[in-house]
Amino acid sequence: MTDLGSIFSLALSLVISGDQQLYSIIVLSLRVTLTAVLLGCLVGIPLGAALATYRFPGRGAAIAVLNAFMGLPPVVVGLAVYLMLSRSGPFGVLGLLYTPTAMIIAQAILVTPLIAALSRQSLADLHTEYDDLFRSLRLRPSDKIRALIWEGRYGLSTAALAGFGRAIAEVGAVIIVGGNIEHVTRVMTTAIALETSKGDLALALALGLILVTIAIAVNAAVLSLNRTARRLAYA
Amino acid sequence: MLERVAATTAQNGSAPIDAKSGRPPMFPIATRGMTLRDRGRVLLDRVSLTLDQGTRTVIMGPNGAGKSLTLRAIHGLIRPDEGDITWAGRPTDADVLSRQAMVFQKPMLLRRSARANIEFVLRSAGRTTSNQLVDGILARARLIHVAASPARLLSGGEQQRLAIARALALEPDLLFLDEPCANLDPASTLAVEDMIERARTAGAKIVLVTHDIGQARRIADDVVFMSSGRVLEHSAAAAFFDKPKSSAAEAYLAGRLYIDPAASSR
Amino acid sequence: MIQFRKALAIAAVIALSALSTPVEANDKYIVVQSTTSTEQSGLFKHILPMFKAKTGIDVRIVAVGTGQALKNGERGDGDVVLVHAKAAEEKFVADGFGVKRTEVMYNDFVLVGPESDPAKVAGSKDIVAALKSIAEAKAPFASRGDDSGTHKAELDHWKPTGIDVKSASGEWYRSTGSGMGPTLNTAAGMSAYALTDRATWLSFKNRGPLKIVVEGDKRLFNQYGIMLVNPAKHPTVKATEGQAFIDWITGVEGQNAIRSFQIGGEQLFFPNAPGV
Repeated sequence: MTDLGSIFSLALSLVISGDQQLYSIIVLSLRVTLTAVLLGCLVGIPLGAALATYRFPGRGAAIAVLNAFMGLPPVVVGLAVYLMLSRSGPFGVLGLLYTPTAMIIAQAILVTPLIAALSRQSLADLHTEYDDLFRSLRLRPSDKIRALIWEGRYGLSTAALAGFGRAIAEVGAVIIVGGNIEHVTRVMTTAIALETSKGDLALALALGLILVTIAIAVNAAVLSLNRTARRLAYA
Repeated sequence: MLERVAATTAQNGSAPIDAKSGRPPMFPIATRGMTLRDRGRVLLDRVSLTLDQGTRTVIMGPNGAGKSLTLRAIHGLIRPDEGDITWAGRPTDADVLSRQAMVFQKPMLLRRSARANIEFVLRSAGRTTSNQLVDGILARARLIHVAASPARLLSGGEQQRLAIARALALEPDLLFLDEPCANLDPASTLAVEDMIERARTAGAKIVLVTHDIGQARRIADDVVFMSSGRVLEHSAAAAFFDKPKSSAAEAYLAGRLYIDPAASSR
Repeated sequence: MIQFRKALAIAAVIALSALSTPVEANDKYIVVQSTTSTEQSGLFKHILPMFKAKTGIDVRIVAVGTGQALKNGERGDGDVVLVHAKAAEEKFVADGFGVKRTEVMYNDFVLVGPESDPAKVAGSKDIVAALKSIAEAKAPFASRGDDSGTHKAELDHWKPTGIDVKSASGEWYRSTGSGMGPTLNTAAGMSAYALTDRATWLSFKNRGPLKIVVEGDKRLFNQYGIMLVNPAKHPTVKATEGQAFIDWITGVEGQNAIRSFQIGGEQLFFPNAPGV
């Protein structure tokens, strides 16, 4: 029942049959995760760039905390966001619990430290490379950070992909704040968790296979775009 | 660090205004007793120099002499532990910092087109940029044909010419060059020297660090010779190449290995 | 720098538009905190379309353990709670978190275990005796351990045996701390005994060596109750729509809908709302 061949063909038949529910789950997964990664980049990349660029007291501690937060357990983040968004929590009035927005918030919190830490690592080398030039040009701090981010755009796309990988694969946070409500907040990972707990391991694995395929496709797309841009443009 | 230098010395409204440029004079530049240490090692040892307007000063000396550090200290990239720098008598301020540019041994080009590299400096200095202006800058560097090419895919000579064009885009009154031809072939070296010459005719003070004695002879009006962090002599070019005062300089010009007795005893 | 600003602007626009995309146009919905057994057996999938067709109200099910469902209700994160742990439900109402408890339906728990039956309990109708035998044989037993309704029921059955399962935890007694499905997966994997509600068992597909070994004991009765979350405590509760659902499910139509839900010709839940 659960041999690889039959799982593969089950996954294939699910995709080919054009199952409406499957497609809406895939679309929601991508929408939630891509938005979360985008938000994570908007915050994480400038944060990483600032940490790569400036020396200030407590910087070492900030980097250590950031690196530790790369491994934040999704359930802990989910729980914290749940307590914030719960009707009894400080942001309860917004009524965001059990909505895709809540899932986006949780995943954004999950991936921001990862993206920031990886951005810092990749921009630190670039900062060493360009520090003399930028100081010679008397760049303002904000210009320095923007220039550094643009110079590091290829390396930063890898950081964004790492964030995507973490978010698309996690179940602990979205199942708590989303509630895994059918047609509303059910995404690939929560659907897999559900099928697993129904004991339908073949279906769960087939969904897992589809999820992995999507993740590979997204990675391949970004990396090949990256390579083309790099070759055509600015080495 | 740089910001601190500028902030503490920004107020100097009483300096006389140069009639031509509309800005206060910045020459001569004088360093007094400039000393830099790193973990007990003396990297710059009481460097006192006077750099006059309009001349091409070449700094020479063996590796580790402190040539680049001297350049970087005057340019405001590092802060010496002791000593001071004055510009026509006034301390370093935002005005003098904005009127100088530096070309490094590595071109340090941005990962964008040649044109975008020029536009970047113009914009970051708050200048308006136009295609015409940038075309002119690229044409003078004989780079107009590669304007749209990725800067970091240009040849070594083209890259260094672009780096110089980028430094000259802001029309500095003072141009530092730190071994700009170290990795270039003879033809590219001459092209770079040609650009340096045009910058000088446009009125820029040139301060060049080089190991190339032939280049020093072609360019220098005056020569500073350094060894082990100290200035051993500062002479007119003709006098220096004819008969250097120190035995270290003599050995250096003759291509002999010279061990500084003072350095080994320290 | 222009490209950078452009990229930033595009990113911001995408982020904002994605965030502001309406979840769904229809705002007429309620959130029901319920249990995995009702959701995973497919009961809701069977009956909710009938309710929606009649009232236009969407019912969003958050399926968790009874303990967590009640906790979420206490916090106001839901309009209705439908669970199966009578004592806890009565406390929920007594503490003012729920308005009124109404019984909806029942089914029963069954003890499942490996075909090899190391504790020799198969065919018994005495759950307490069976648990005693399992403990004596030190045969592996997988417990929910998650404060769910099933977990509470299981602990109630251990009580008369006088066996302290806590001290056996980690040896033959395995507390999985997870839902019914994952616990059954674990039991199947380690050939352990486990207590499960019949609905989940019937819809469960990864049975492995497991089969029902004890059923039919009156004490294995499993009653479900429904409560409206108290709007006086949480003004955001959609009291009208929530009460409409409660009235429907405990009324004739809802009760018939529950009765009509079958898996493999077997009825999973037995409606027993008062006065129907």
